[in-house]
Amino acid sequence: MALPKYTETRYRIWHYFYIAICTFVFIFLIAPLFVIFPLSFNAEEFLVFSEGMKNLDPDAFSLRWYKDMVYGTKNPWGLAAKNSFIIAIFATLGSVILGTVAALGLSSRHMPFKGIIMATLISPMIVPLIISGVAIFFFMAKAGLAATHTGIVLAHIILGTPFVVITVTATLSGFDHSVTRAAASLGSNPVNTFMKVTLPLILPGVISGGLFAFVTSFDEVVVVLFLAGLENTTIPIQMWTGLREQLSPTILAVATCLIVLSTLILISAELLRRRSERLRGINR
Amino acid sequence: MSSETKQILTTDGIPLEISLKKAERKNKIKAFLLVAPLLLFLIITYIFPIGEMFTRSIDDKMITNMLPKTFKSMETWDGKELPPEEVFASFLSDFKILVDKKEHGKLAQRLNKEKNGFNTITKKLFRQVKRNKIDETQSIKEQIMKVHKRWRNVEYWQAIKRTAPPYTSAKYLKAMDMYLNEDNKITQVSEDRRIHRILWLRTVEVAFFVTVFCFLMGYPIAHLLATLPMKYSNLLMICVLLPFWTSLLVRTASWMILLQQQGVVNDFFVMIGLVADGNRPEMMYNKVGTYVAMTQILLPFMVLPLYSVMKTISPSLMRAGKSLGGTPFVAFWKVYFPLTIPGIGAGCLLVFILAIGYYITPALVGGASGTLISNQIAYHMKTTLDWSFASAMGLMLLGGVLVIYWLYNKLVGVDNIKLG
Repeated sequence: MALPKYTETRYRIWHYFYIAICTFVFIFLIAPLFVIFPLSFNAEEFLVFSEGMKNLDPDAFSLRWYKDMVYGTKNPWGLAAKNSFIIAIFATLGSVILGTVAALGLSSRHMPFKGIIMATLISPMIVPLIISGVAIFFFMAKAGLAATHTGIVLAHIILGTPFVVITVTATLSGFDHSVTRAAASLGSNPVNTFMKVTLPLILPGVISGGLFAFVTSFDEVVVVLFLAGLENTTIPIQMWTGLREQLSPTILAVATCLIVLSTLILISAELLRRRSERLRGINR
Repeated sequence: MSSETKQILTTDGIPLEISLKKAERKNKIKAFLLVAPLLLFLIITYIFPIGEMFTRSIDDKMITNMLPKTFKSMETWDGKELPPEEVFASFLSDFKILVDKKEHGKLAQRLNKEKNGFNTITKKLFRQVKRNKIDETQSIKEQIMKVHKRWRNVEYWQAIKRTAPPYTSAKYLKAMDMYLNEDNKITQVSEDRRIHRILWLRTVEVAFFVTVFCFLMGYPIAHLLATLPMKYSNLLMICVLLPFWTSLLVRTASWMILLQQQGVVNDFFVMIGLVADGNRPEMMYNKVGTYVAMTQILLPFMVLPLYSVMKTISPSLMRAGKSLGGTPFVAFWKVYFPLTIPGIGAGCLLVFILAIGYYITPALVGGASGTLISNQIAYHMKTTLDWSFASAMGLMLLGGVLVIYWLYNKLVGVDNIKLG
């Protein structure tokens, strides 16, 4: 972004102003995440930087709240983490299977009523969560699935499939259908063709859709608030209750773990995106 | 020529046209069968329950089933003067059944919603019935009218008649701070009780300003990301993507820490001398907190569509504009900006739709003046258990979102939604 030497002063000023705005926005976006990090190592109970922390005194830092998160007797984080992972894994599996199969059908040029069906399939993404929550709660209550893991998993499948449908459909748009015809002409049945030919080619799209579904389920709180009983508490629910009642540093320890997790997810999503773009021959 | 084309046969001797149509139909069914499981699943667990929200929101069958005979005999009553003996008699017989089933309390509650004062007089009537004080061989009308003077008031009988239809629009009117008065006219509730309209307005206002802030902040950085060389822009892109992938509650928690009175932002303001230490401004539990936190949380949804559109604009267009005599500002305004409009539309509508249904962040950092319509829906779902009212408000919100979504579809197309 170096400016040419002949740039007039007013454009030079404008340019630095523009850079300053951008810097401010980037700090605004990323800085809040970094505040949590040091505070979660606070030796004291308050959620402010103590004098010791400002002077980088090693005694002001401790792993106290991480210990509390893992071993704390009153803390339900263990159960919450277990539930969150179980629910998210099953919801992801369900979303990926249903979503990928549906995307295969949707990408076929023979698909009838494509527009309206696509709109229906991605509607859970468009409808505000609070409304989805009310509707899903009515269904689960009637089906006797409220306050069960099954109910929450089904709810998260509803919310997760649109992401899988969108990413897999996008991957399939660059898919060369002659390879499946070639497989068929060589005597492969459709299931075999899918497993051996189509799936390996669209795998990056499927996995990145799965990541979206996982994050959606793992981070989802509105619908779970309607559905969950005490037994089904999840990490977001615990964070929600914690933030509403008393903001304890243990929450910050949990939040730090979640940020690490999301960093890992971000890295894998980026690698997948690049791989799928390379496969599709898009060079950006 | 045309007869010849009709004659083309496949190797099995079937005309080609028919054979092709058959293959086409087979492919259609195949494609549909692939979509069917998900479609069916969503229709049963999601689309259908949304429809159920509608029936629930207008349902008023409970009272229709409670007073079947009364409403039947009321059909011939003109509603101007006190109803005839027959209506009183059938009301008493309906009421007795309800007393036996111990459902008279529910009736009183429902009627009291229609007109204040029913609670007392229903209780009085209940006591008379319980003690068998009403002699059915004599005029029931006279005896009921003696129970309480309100039973002699025609307005109360009119109120009963108004509850006869099995459907009601009352919940929708209530969500707009209105109700149907005695003459079946839509009336506004008294000024001190108009709470919902404020919430609707505030929801739209917050969604609108959050969208504007997101646009103002998102446009420059999307432009920077799209014009910088790859190795720098990839690094900066992390600043957009990391918040995008981070838990909503984590981000809300960090804003709660930043914005509290002893928080980092206030510390910073004191340090640079903007405010006095003893006079730290309240930035959380009000609209400021809601705006700041929601803008940061929704900003990636603005940047990503803008970026993907800007990435496709060739830099030579700006150079061409400048070489033809435009100043950089003119070139930007006349060449670059119009090309980014699809991205602006996508980003703004995406942020607006997400903001209008927001619930978690306003509930945590918004305080009392930061609550939005979604919080009200959740409140009625979880606390007052008035599910039909929550459904009505939810559907009104959904209607608004669908209109916006329709616009989005017109402008950008659903297929162009880009993720990450």
